[in-house]
Amino acid sequence: MSTASYDKKEQAAHHFKDLNQQHDAGKEGVWLFMATEIMMFGGLFVGYFIYRFMFPDTYMAGGDSLNWYLGAFNTLVLLLSSFTMAQAVTETMKGNNQKAYKLIVVTTLCAFAFMVVKYFEYTAKIDHGLFPGFDMWNAQSAIEYANNHLRSDAGFTLALPAAGETLGAGQVDGSSLKLFFVLYFCMTGLHGLHITIGIGLMFWLMKRLKNNEFGPKYYTAVEGVGLYWHIVDVIWIFLFPLMYLI
Amino acid sequence: MGAHGGNYINCEKGLWSWLTTIDHKRIALMYFIAIMFFFLVGGLFAILLRLELFTPEPLFMDGDMYNRAMTLHGSIMVFMVIIPGVPALLGNFALPLMIGAKDVAFPKINLASWYCLMIGAIIAFLSLFWGGVDTGWTFYTPYSSKSADAVAMVVFGAFVMGFSSILTGLNFIVTIHKLRAPGMTMMRLPLFVWSLYATAIIQVIATPVLGITLLLLTVERVFGVGIFDPAMGGDPVLFQHFFWFYSHPAVYIMIIPAMGIISEIIATFSQKTIFGYKAIAFSSLGIAAVSFIVWGHHMFVSGQSVLAGSIFSVLTMLVGVPTAIKLFNWVATMYKGRVKLDTPMLYAINFLSLFTIGGLTGLFLAAFNIDVHLHDTYFVVAHFHYVMLGGALMGFFGGLFYWFPKMTGKMYNEMLGRVTALMTFVGFNVTFIPQFIMGSQGMPRRYHTYDGVFTPYHVTSTIGSWILAGGFILAIYLLTRAFFKGEACTEKNPWGGTTLEWTVDSPPIHENFTEIPTVTGRPYEYR
Amino acid sequence: MAHHIVPLNTNLKTLGALVFLTVLTVGTAKYIHLGGAGNLILAMAIACTKAGIVLSWFMHLKYDGLMNRVIALCGLAFLALFIGFSYIDLFFRTTPI
Repeated sequence: MSTASYDKKEQAAHHFKDLNQQHDAGKEGVWLFMATEIMMFGGLFVGYFIYRFMFPDTYMAGGDSLNWYLGAFNTLVLLLSSFTMAQAVTETMKGNNQKAYKLIVVTTLCAFAFMVVKYFEYTAKIDHGLFPGFDMWNAQSAIEYANNHLRSDAGFTLALPAAGETLGAGQVDGSSLKLFFVLYFCMTGLHGLHITIGIGLMFWLMKRLKNNEFGPKYYTAVEGVGLYWHIVDVIWIFLFPLMYLI
Repeated sequence: MGAHGGNYINCEKGLWSWLTTIDHKRIALMYFIAIMFFFLVGGLFAILLRLELFTPEPLFMDGDMYNRAMTLHGSIMVFMVIIPGVPALLGNFALPLMIGAKDVAFPKINLASWYCLMIGAIIAFLSLFWGGVDTGWTFYTPYSSKSADAVAMVVFGAFVMGFSSILTGLNFIVTIHKLRAPGMTMMRLPLFVWSLYATAIIQVIATPVLGITLLLLTVERVFGVGIFDPAMGGDPVLFQHFFWFYSHPAVYIMIIPAMGIISEIIATFSQKTIFGYKAIAFSSLGIAAVSFIVWGHHMFVSGQSVLAGSIFSVLTMLVGVPTAIKLFNWVATMYKGRVKLDTPMLYAINFLSLFTIGGLTGLFLAAFNIDVHLHDTYFVVAHFHYVMLGGALMGFFGGLFYWFPKMTGKMYNEMLGRVTALMTFVGFNVTFIPQFIMGSQGMPRRYHTYDGVFTPYHVTSTIGSWILAGGFILAIYLLTRAFFKGEACTEKNPWGGTTLEWTVDSPPIHENFTEIPTVTGRPYEYR
Repeated sequence: MAHHIVPLNTNLKTLGALVFLTVLTVGTAKYIHLGGAGNLILAMAIACTKAGIVLSWFMHLKYDGLMNRVIALCGLAFLALFIGFSYIDLFFRTTPI
């Protein structure tokens, strides 16, 4: 069974000269797609930087109210999955479909671990009234939560002055805290969506690797999913410090 | 498949074979049908708008209805007609043929791109039954975060159509890089391919930003949060930055491929080597690059900083340089050429004259201080219609008439074809020259009533719109009739073109070439 | 362009470098306070380094053809333009919106 399905892939599609041309074209296509990913997430980062510039204190407070232990754990999980993904490409190129299969399984497990941690983070935030949509936002409890988790040397607290009231000493208008959480949920949500799509792609790869479909001349699918997975990792590399740390 | 003896149109039969085809030429024909339909719908709204403006008092529309019709006209024409028009329709058909390839690099993605456009369009049209949208095609916040519910739908539709644009661009870049015939170096590419290349770069880089903008707007509406709403701490100007970072380059997605068509037509119908091949090729890339750093000129009066406004103003003037390079080279190509005034060439000449006016008035508007006076008047309306309709659509129709014999193997009535070119030219100017005048006198855009002093201009403009519409309807009728009943044109090269598509059968066989050609020189080597 | 196979050893070293930089980014952000935008800039510098490592080794740009590098750079360059010009507006607004 294995050789049969592998041979089938020795033939390039009808409009390509040979497998080499097909591989180069496919890979360039994936890279262009990566450029679109960079621009799309880039737009969100532009929004983040602009609002951070406008409301530096609330953004610091927002970041402090996230659980950075979980964020750091997720960073390490994604880095590990990136490594196994890269190694899976190496093994596929050597023709070791079965070894690559195992590495993809590990990558998928990491992706699941990431999503499980995200699930707990999200539910905790929603419980504290920190989800900014569908009327679930609870301004008072959000401000309280953020103040409780604020770093000790911040030098300010958030407050929500009612109309006509002025802010006390050391108080900062916290109404833009909601904006931080809008961006937090948008950015990590879109990133999570990418992880979920990545899991789907991993299952597709597992199926094809099990059938021994790839070989030293035909591995674009594994390489392409790999590139996608790494760019998702790169995005998290930026999200982690921006959201959780500073 | 070519062995079956048929051409790409009749090699397979049945609706299903069309809906599942991955042949770039068949996909181009499917775009043809879809885009012509959208064009007629968008045009219908334009005619209704002009009719409403026949009198200063409301004629048959109230303000809400007018705003909705105006929004639909703009959204349809921008997202469904002009952006996909040249690249996805004519580019899809001509690009692989011109570079000596059997298909685009990713045929299935090409088909997916057509479906994205269709699904997006259906979602956008559904908004009509949801009460319509009255924000204008730019969906400016904070109004768009509060107005009718259907905004989210139209915005989501535009988001899906954005994918169509991205996938087409991605496909074209890879096709041009990897699938050129032996000997077809970059410096031997036809100029239409160069223009598609520059366009594709913009499509890939800029469209994702539109995607994220529209997604944020959808989130803002569906979740009820304030990302761009100042009442909730958001910054509405940020939306404009996001929107125009895409939508200004998008203007060049519309115009650059039309310029490419003009390069082809002018070289062919002047029967003369194109003047300044490299200059035209690189000016396309130049326009593409500059297009990314001028978006702020849409925001001169929206509260952005004066410094940013000044920088954008100066940078905007830069666009004039590569554009003028193109214009001068085209005119130099025609100079002392054997100019044949066939239908495509007449459309090209329409383009040259109208686009020059559009470009020059663009320079007026680029000047920061003048724009403050002219902003949101009919002067701006006339300016971008000169560029989009007089430029992009004239080029598009020129290209349709140019490649029609190759696409279908049929010939249209040449005499009537020339009549359509003349009618659109006259109708266009009668419609939009009065708008320049009343705009400079202060007639604001987007109102369904106006002061009585503007009546003569508006009446002239409306009458012109009828001539213009007549020209376009006649042109579409002409092409449709020729497709079904026209006389056969089996000649491979009816115009005397020098690019590769004129060396294959009309219409081409399924895989384009029986044998992939080897290219030995540049195109346009006439004399 | 050639089908360069990255050995296990290189991938392991890459992972090691990334983990080290993650520890560094957490450590500097949590325990060293530079004041102003200092921490933001430092964290972004580390993140850019990490992204560069992923792009070069895991994503094979180091061994790849020129075109794919240009594509990646284009994406980043246009993103820089986007951020840059938006900031030119924001920094110099006399009246906040």
